[in-house]
Amino acid sequence: MSAHRKEPTIRLEYLSKAYRSGEGKILALDKLSLTIEEGDFCAVMGPSGSGKSTLLNLIGCLDRPTSGRYLLKGGEVARLSDDDLSQVRLRNIGFIFQGFNLIPQLSVQENIELPLYYLETEPRAAAARAKDLAQMVGLSERLAHRPSQLSGGEQQRVAIARALAAEPDILLADEPTGNLDTGTGERIMELLLEQNRRGKTIIMVTHETDIAAYAQYRLQMRDGKIERWEGR
Amino acid sequence: MKRASRLIRNLSLGLKHVRLNALRSFLTMLGMVFGVGSVVAMLAVGEGASRKALEEIRMLGSSNIIVESLKPAADTAASQRSRFVNQYGLEYQDVLRITEAFSSVRQVVPVKIVRNVGRMGSRELELRLMGTTPQWFELFHRPLLAGRLLTERDLEQGSNVAVLTEFVARALLSMEEPLGGNIRIAGNAFKVVGILRSEGEGGLTPDKPNDVYVPLSVARGRFGDLSVRRSAGGREREMVELHQIIVQVASTEEVPSAALGIEAMLRRFHPKEDYRVRVPLALLRQAQETKRTFNVVLGSIAGVSLLVGGIGIMNIMLASVTERTREIGIRRAIGATQSQIVGQFLIETLVLSTTGGCIGILVGLLIPQLISSFADMPVLVTPWSLVLSLGISMAVGIVFGLYPAIKAARLDPIQALRYE
Repeated sequence: MSAHRKEPTIRLEYLSKAYRSGEGKILALDKLSLTIEEGDFCAVMGPSGSGKSTLLNLIGCLDRPTSGRYLLKGGEVARLSDDDLSQVRLRNIGFIFQGFNLIPQLSVQENIELPLYYLETEPRAAAARAKDLAQMVGLSERLAHRPSQLSGGEQQRVAIARALAAEPDILLADEPTGNLDTGTGERIMELLLEQNRRGKTIIMVTHETDIAAYAQYRLQMRDGKIERWEGR
Repeated sequence: MKRASRLIRNLSLGLKHVRLNALRSFLTMLGMVFGVGSVVAMLAVGEGASRKALEEIRMLGSSNIIVESLKPAADTAASQRSRFVNQYGLEYQDVLRITEAFSSVRQVVPVKIVRNVGRMGSRELELRLMGTTPQWFELFHRPLLAGRLLTERDLEQGSNVAVLTEFVARALLSMEEPLGGNIRIAGNAFKVVGILRSEGEGGLTPDKPNDVYVPLSVARGRFGDLSVRRSAGGREREMVELHQIIVQVASTEEVPSAALGIEAMLRRFHPKEDYRVRVPLALLRQAQETKRTFNVVLGSIAGVSLLVGGIGIMNIMLASVTERTREIGIRRAIGATQSQIVGQFLIETLVLSTTGGCIGILVGLLIPQLISSFADMPVLVTPWSLVLSLGISMAVGIVFGLYPAIKAARLDPIQALRYE
């Protein structure tokens, strides 16, 4: 413990999320508590239906909990308005999806610039930043291409560049290698590891143990609860 | 600055989507094209009609009342008899009656019309001789090209002088020496003292191209009141003292009451109803009435087209929102607010409707050309009608784009991201 206490990046207290389904309710998250410190690389594992995606959506401020508290860098976000949640997503969180989720009509450069557009960054500065990011993920030559002209691995690298554009502290990755072959997946994981080394907090949902092995620690989920921690 | 550049980027994004689905966008725009086209055409026709009416009124004078002799309809059998003389119309006496009876009357100008052939050397031309007073030229300002107009002295002395229109002058006079020559009309010689530019082209103007103005006293003295017209059935003899009396009232407001008064008074002296009172101001009302009818008809066509066009746009935008559900989810996950999504789709709708509107304006500029070439109707496209049409197309875009845009913004980001 350091002398002055520092707020953890993410702190969940008794977080529950219930969905209405048919006649009954489904409890996707059941009074889950969790802290993730700045710079952590955490893998979330578990069978489908265990609440992994719900947890990631809640951390990513795409959804609001039914009950419980969610403190992001010490600030309560569970009860924020829709507009404020959008701001949190824009400034603090970068998403990386299994299906890449690039916008097909936009070029690689425009896709990377998208968060900067909503940040109202001056267009020339945004273009320069997009070029830097493309270079970092090794796609400088592909800026004018459409996503459909890229391979899966390249698309995911564009998605990572986009997630980094607004300089968020937290990257949320949902099965980032799920659609890629092993070799390509490894290169993507190297990119994420590099970001983690530079200080980004990463939370990654996966069901592949060799991918989860890249993380500092793993948490196993079952029935909306954390079953066990590994590596911490 | 930021707002402006964002608007430009939004617009270019909107244009991108319109171009991406070029055929679909074009078909969607058709409703707008015809709607806006008919708005432009409607305004052009309406404006043309009222401009024409105003022009005619300017020529006839808005403070003038024109009383004309009118041949009574009845008694055709009697007119067939060879000795019969059809006597009707305004009398010299009427000029005095009107002058004395109405205080609001400023000037009364009598006109006696004689149709005859004018000759000069070997040239000849069918003329309309206007026997009148110098005041005629005060009521209808026609530019004097050479010489002088008629004077009170001409009238008093009964001088054989004539003022010609440019048309008559060109037809009869030699170019070198336009003034001072004599025109012979039915054995009388008239000295040409002036040439003016006639405005007489259309049906409503008081003057005609082939007019020759002579003092009223001369016209009466030389030609008398009896005229003989050869017709198919033989000769028709007519006795008409005056063909027109033009009354100028002191102010436009007094025109309707003066017109009613003159009509009532004339009725007492002319039981045959052999006259007609024309009020240019009433023509304006009539023109406005026509314009209103036209506006209602074309306005409803335009309204229906715009409604259909708007619904078409809304339909295509709803389809677009569904197609792009995933994109909306991505944008929301990245951090777009609901209002930014609304803005994006609204601008796309606006691009669609305004582009349609612009094409519609081009169509609308063509329709009046067709109308005027086929139906001989005057048309006038004013700049503000184009501004209005553009405004309407933008309004349609906003009204019919709002629902799809709000629907897009209200999508649940998580559901939208999962959408296949």
